[in-house]
Amino acid sequence: MKGKTWSEFYASGRCWGIALVLMLVLTACQPAMAATPLPMYDTGVDPNAWVVVPAGSFLSGQFNTPINLEHAFAIMVTDVTVDQYVRFLNQALADGTLRLQGDQVVGFYPGDPFHGAKHEEEIPAQDYRFVPLNDPAAPFVYQENAFTPKAGYAHHPMTYVSWFGAWGYCHYYGYRLPSGLEWEKAARGEDGRPYPWGWELTPANANYYSSGDPFEDMRTVGSRTTPVGFYNGKTYDGFVTLDSPSPYGLYDMAGNVWQWVGDITQGMHYRFMRGGSKDNYPPDLRVWVTNNATPVYYGPGTGFRCVREP
Amino acid sequence: MHEFRKRVDYLFSSTKGLILLAIAMIALETALFGLLSGPMAEWGVRDWVVKTLGMRLVPAEREGRIIILYHTIAMAVIAIETYLITALVRMAPFYRTAVRLLITVGYLVAMIFGLGFAYWGHNWAFHGLYIAGLTLIFFAGGLLCIGLWPWNKAYYVRDPAYAHTRSGVDLERVAFFTTALTTVISAVFGAVPGAYYGHGFQTFLAEDIIRLPEKTGFQYAVIGHLHIMLALIAIMLTLIIGRWLDFKGVLHKIAMPLMILGTAVLNLGVWGVVTPLEPIAHMIIYVGATPAMLAALMLVIFGWDQLIREGTRDIPKPSAGQKLRALLHDPLRFGPLWQMVFMNFTVSGVGIFVAVRLDEIFRQWPAREERLILTGHWHVLSAIIATIILLYYGDLIGLKGWGRRLYGWGIIVFSDLAFAAVTVYEMKRLVISEAHQQPLVNTVLLLVDIGLGGVLVILALVLIWRLLDLFRPKGRWTVEAQQADPVMKTEVKA
Repeated sequence: MKGKTWSEFYASGRCWGIALVLMLVLTACQPAMAATPLPMYDTGVDPNAWVVVPAGSFLSGQFNTPINLEHAFAIMVTDVTVDQYVRFLNQALADGTLRLQGDQVVGFYPGDPFHGAKHEEEIPAQDYRFVPLNDPAAPFVYQENAFTPKAGYAHHPMTYVSWFGAWGYCHYYGYRLPSGLEWEKAARGEDGRPYPWGWELTPANANYYSSGDPFEDMRTVGSRTTPVGFYNGKTYDGFVTLDSPSPYGLYDMAGNVWQWVGDITQGMHYRFMRGGSKDNYPPDLRVWVTNNATPVYYGPGTGFRCVREP
Repeated sequence: MHEFRKRVDYLFSSTKGLILLAIAMIALETALFGLLSGPMAEWGVRDWVVKTLGMRLVPAEREGRIIILYHTIAMAVIAIETYLITALVRMAPFYRTAVRLLITVGYLVAMIFGLGFAYWGHNWAFHGLYIAGLTLIFFAGGLLCIGLWPWNKAYYVRDPAYAHTRSGVDLERVAFFTTALTTVISAVFGAVPGAYYGHGFQTFLAEDIIRLPEKTGFQYAVIGHLHIMLALIAIMLTLIIGRWLDFKGVLHKIAMPLMILGTAVLNLGVWGVVTPLEPIAHMIIYVGATPAMLAALMLVIFGWDQLIREGTRDIPKPSAGQKLRALLHDPLRFGPLWQMVFMNFTVSGVGIFVAVRLDEIFRQWPAREERLILTGHWHVLSAIIATIILLYYGDLIGLKGWGRRLYGWGIIVFSDLAFAAVTVYEMKRLVISEAHQQPLVNTVLLLVDIGLGGVLVILALVLIWRLLDLFRPKGRWTVEAQQADPVMKTEVKA
């Protein structure tokens, strides 16, 4: 700066370069990504429980369109857990329903009708990926010819599962994936509410992006799944939750993980998901919001639950 | 009272006062409603604002609220462009006055009552006034088209430096007219579905229905409307910047026909989405966008060449470094053109890449990831338009010396930092998985916040300065109130 005024220094453009470098250095100064330990809590909610949703009309969608569902159905109270899914994997691998192929577990899907619509991809009858085999971020591991949940993840919702993997699980046990309408009625009941528990969303109701639950660390790993039924009115190491079931007693119908539904739309190979996830902002947790992906997609924020005849 | 009236006269009847008012209204709206989303929501500011101001935010009405919010901002931006057009392009005083009056009342009524309706309970009288405001703006658009009529001989040009037909029709004026006319027509594509609200049409955000194989005619109309309106605002701003920089010469003669052709074809393509032409509408849009972007490129070449020539006038054989220094000497004149170039990296380039590899890459991702690209894409485009207006405004109010450079470079650097960071954010899945993205997301969002925050602080400082100036009896506003617009020197009678 010797012999130069501030305005000259500024005009030289050097100050901008210094500012930019400083900014990059400062933003890089964050804690190295560490495997933040996963808290362990028993929610007390039974992942094997089912409830019956009665036949009848309900208000569907953002604009509360009256829809009559003419059949009753039973639906799982929670998402399928990692523990439940690895038992399926082990059993289905043993009996030959599934097989290992490269770095994935594959199973047969009988295919969909193809209409040749714009952007539509054909889904012929063949084997498809159910889950990846060696994804280090998956909540399960495959060692010594067996799948096991990673430590602490047994009662978390199953993730890293494709639509085919969700379909295959339900199909294996004689269940099926819920349709979008079934899912929505189970989530919101009949009174047109936007969230399963009522009309307002707080961080004590559901797991969403930066909602402050004990599992998330926004500096490193970001938002993580919570065990199924976590938002049940219990307090976990000072984190107070509100009991947030749907009118029929289902938990986690908003937030935590997107849930695959079974709808197959003509002219479209994408599969829909409902409910929003740990990685979404609150508007995506409204019960009518949908997401979709190719049926082979899997990720850390997508799970499912099944329905069956009551 | 007399002093107060003089200030009101300045704000409502002078070009610079009108623009200042519109920028201030947008800034206030952005500052207030920006508190309801993003990090402000995470930090709890949103809840405090909602409670303190007594807002009523029903979850099912979120999309409707957002649509009204950005319509009110867009109307103020269109008003600013209209003030600039009526200041730069010759027209009869009646049209100039009437257009300004209508659009000013229109955007203020639409903004105040539209936001009142959307965020403070559904007072339907407010909704009626919101629609009335939009209608006044529409009417102002119609009058502007009449005022810009290029085949009035009073506006013919003979100067060989400017593009014109053999008979003297001013092709730049034709470009202004074409853009204004197609803007008015394209507004109808939004108005018609809106008129059927609740009777076959319901609110939606276009990014939420991208993958649905079947869309209704109204949905196509809205999708076309939002795309073309933003494109036309950008095209009109390009024409305005060209007039400001006195675009002329060979490049002007090539650019103006391209701009007219591009605008017309672009509109035909977008309007085509509600016709049987829908399957090839995208192709028509590409055909239209190409000449329009080429015309903008010619403006950039002309403008930068002009800056270099001016800056090296006294140097017999300028070196590359001296030319570069001359180019970068004045950020307010370099900046608008640079932002147009930068747009290609953050908007056009990204858009083309996504379109080309849509099925192979982007539609292998969940729809929410694709939605992120779309929303980032048009937010950046809108913000680039805003920064170009702010750079021009800095010149309009006569910023000089280090204040001019600080203001100009501040807007360019901070905004481009934010736009680049948004681009990385929206495309991050190309380089990082969902499970490992958080550190990158944190860094990128911090850069976005620094960038946007920097621009907003600069804007706030300027607005505070201008507000304080209004309290001074002999402030800058008194000078601006007396200044004539460029076109006033060659006034045309109706």
